Amino acid sequence: MTYRIVHYINQFYAGIGGEEKADYAPEVREGVVGPGMQIQKLLENDAVVVGTVICGDGFYGENTEEARAKCLEMIAALKPDAFVAGPAFNAGRYGFACGDIAAAVGEKLGIPTVTAMYHENPGVELFSKKTYIVATGDSARAMGQALPAMTKLLHKLVMKEEMGPARLEGYIHRGMRKSFFHEKSGAERAVDMLLAKLRGEPYRTEYEMPVFNKIPPAPPVKDLKKAKIALISSGGIVPKGNPDHIRVSSAESYGAYDISKLEDMTPENYESIHGGYDREWANIDPDVVLPLDVMRELEAEGVFAKIHPVFYTTTGTGTAVAHAERFGQEIGELLKNAEVDAAILTST
Amino acid sequence: MRLELHKVKIEKLAFAEKTYVQKRTLYIGRAEAEQLILEDTRFISAKIDLAMPGEKTRIIPVKDVVEPRVKLDGEGYFPGFFAPMKKTGEGQTLVLDGAAVVTCGPIVAFQEGFIDMSGPGAPYSPFSQTCNVVLSVEPREGLEKHQYETALREAGLKLALFIATACRDGGAASQVEEVQVFEKEDTYKENAKYPDLPKIIYVCMNITQGLLHDTYLYAADLRPALPTLLHPNEVLDGAMVSGNCVSACDKNTTWHHLHNPIVQELYKRHGKELNFLGVIPTQESTILDGKLRAAALNLSIAQQLGADGVIVSEEGYGNPDTDLCLNAKFFENAGIKSVVVSDESAGTDGASQSLADATPEMTAFISTGNVNEMIEVPAMERIIGYPAAIAELSGGSTESLREDGSMYVELQSVIASTAEIGFNKLGCEWI
Repeated sequence: MTYRIVHYINQFYAGIGGEEKADYAPEVREGVVGPGMQIQKLLENDAVVVGTVICGDGFYGENTEEARAKCLEMIAALKPDAFVAGPAFNAGRYGFACGDIAAAVGEKLGIPTVTAMYHENPGVELFSKKTYIVATGDSARAMGQALPAMTKLLHKLVMKEEMGPARLEGYIHRGMRKSFFHEKSGAERAVDMLLAKLRGEPYRTEYEMPVFNKIPPAPPVKDLKKAKIALISSGGIVPKGNPDHIRVSSAESYGAYDISKLEDMTPENYESIHGGYDREWANIDPDVVLPLDVMRELEAEGVFAKIHPVFYTTTGTGTAVAHAERFGQEIGELLKNAEVDAAILTST
Repeated sequence: MRLELHKVKIEKLAFAEKTYVQKRTLYIGRAEAEQLILEDTRFISAKIDLAMPGEKTRIIPVKDVVEPRVKLDGEGYFPGFFAPMKKTGEGQTLVLDGAAVVTCGPIVAFQEGFIDMSGPGAPYSPFSQTCNVVLSVEPREGLEKHQYETALREAGLKLALFIATACRDGGAASQVEEVQVFEKEDTYKENAKYPDLPKIIYVCMNITQGLLHDTYLYAADLRPALPTLLHPNEVLDGAMVSGNCVSACDKNTTWHHLHNPIVQELYKRHGKELNFLGVIPTQESTILDGKLRAAALNLSIAQQLGADGVIVSEEGYGNPDTDLCLNAKFFENAGIKSVVVSDESAGTDGASQSLADATPEMTAFISTGNVNEMIEVPAMERIIGYPAAIAELSGGSTESLREDGSMYVELQSVIASTAEIGFNKLGCEWI
């Protein structure tokens, strides 16, 4: 089978003109144009560049919605199996156009897409999570290296071969981690790395430290006697039977449950499903994790005004930071809308 | 100190009347072995199955794995458990190399895992490559969870020792094919021998959180203990035992402690590229002061020995990420170069931050894989244990086990798939 490829380039690489022709409207031509010739050659007989879509960089930047829609229509009509755009090197508007159309093609047509640009091109920041972007030099002088690298990746994608890590395949990573089998064990790699570090030789850490968002705490409650207080827990306390199927670890959801008529948590009504600690005692008395009983006493004594009628809960073990952040933002929003003054968060 | 591991290679398993080894086949006296386990009245049943590499067999839920070993020149193994209390790491040890005792039974806690002997799940676990003597027990009704954990932990050690002892007494010594020697003198003498080599210490973090998250050193619970210094031979000869029901992917099984690959790798290069000072088994406390105390004492021991560099391996993920960070921070700030070994919890799509804590001093990180990565494993012809347990395992859910017997699960439910002791070749990369 010969796979069908569509290539996208700007007015300059199509030989139409420079800045004075940047407002050139989208156009489709049969077969290869400009750098596409070399791409075709490198693909040999496995795939054929069936058409080239050309658009002026100015046109794409200023009429993005229209340009994207027109280009997409032209590309879809050619029924491609894969799509390639550029290379754009360090040309900002061209990088934007290549990234934007590649991302749109990937999303709308569900086919693999590849583009290429210099790592500082603003298109990288905008689109590296939505398309494969091959890292290139900063100008057309790097064309000789860029085209084989792009084509190699395109070929791999179209043939559905397994994709390796970004640093080995030559694309700019999309911010995702994946497990691969190395040649050496973790222990061997650790000793190699330590010796390199001690000798002052270069070494490559396998995970660069993330930077965490520091959230400033809210100001103290002004008048506790008038405060409405919410209960939140990552201790896995859920209504018996876990009706919303919150996972025992690596939770991707949280539950919200009405406790307005509940005075006490008992083994009959609540349980812990948390996969990271011994639940024995939490299941005998769920209040040890979510202290509703004591909170009701304090509420009756008038220490604070009211317990918020809904409590929020999840399991905090192996939970991805991205999910935890989303839970926090969503629950925060709900509490704000419900005019809750403070929240007690219990962990385990 | 000199330790000799006398290795009898095992390539096959079979049941027989008695337990012995012949021509690389380990024969298991099934009735006598099951009877031995049933001496413990905490069990109402005990069953032994055999599982070989390449078979379409799944073992679930697995608690621990133990290599059958016994002292050739002494009594028992695992001091304090099944040997008199004395120092390990010296003399001759008989090893049934390639065989493993795998403990299985109704789930103790959520954090046990499974082993596939073939198929796409197999390459992730070293125990798809061992000849497994699988012990499945049923606890007496009402047996309290912690007692059940103790009973099952001890049963695994006991069975491994029983097999090795029977083989030794049946003349296995004549079938030894390889003698692996680990020899190193005290740090004072080694320093004099290798004055120009960098002095390296290894900090082995252990889950010591109580409540079924425990590790034992000379049969002592490490949780209320303090960091200490061991000769590497002690680790390789039964000083450490797992009592862990922590997440399956990154718990150090007893088998892993016996094979500690970081210890072996440092040993291999001792006297050539580095001077291996020793091993610090240390804690992962549940409270901040405990974490700070362990990190401070790890540093103190390393400083007393004049360490130039350190390798720190984590056990578990999430909460102990903070211990890992503190260790890296304390060592680096004291001028001791550090490398850490840890897995990642990057979410099922790999797009999340990988650690629950971070510190800028942690500049040299070895990744052993993403625990959340999803894998699909097909149905197996034979299941040893309780397949429905997957719903309760970390990394599984009620939807994991499909009607056709296949499973869609996180990597963390496979035993030792992301072992942070650095046994496997798996590691994360950016994509």
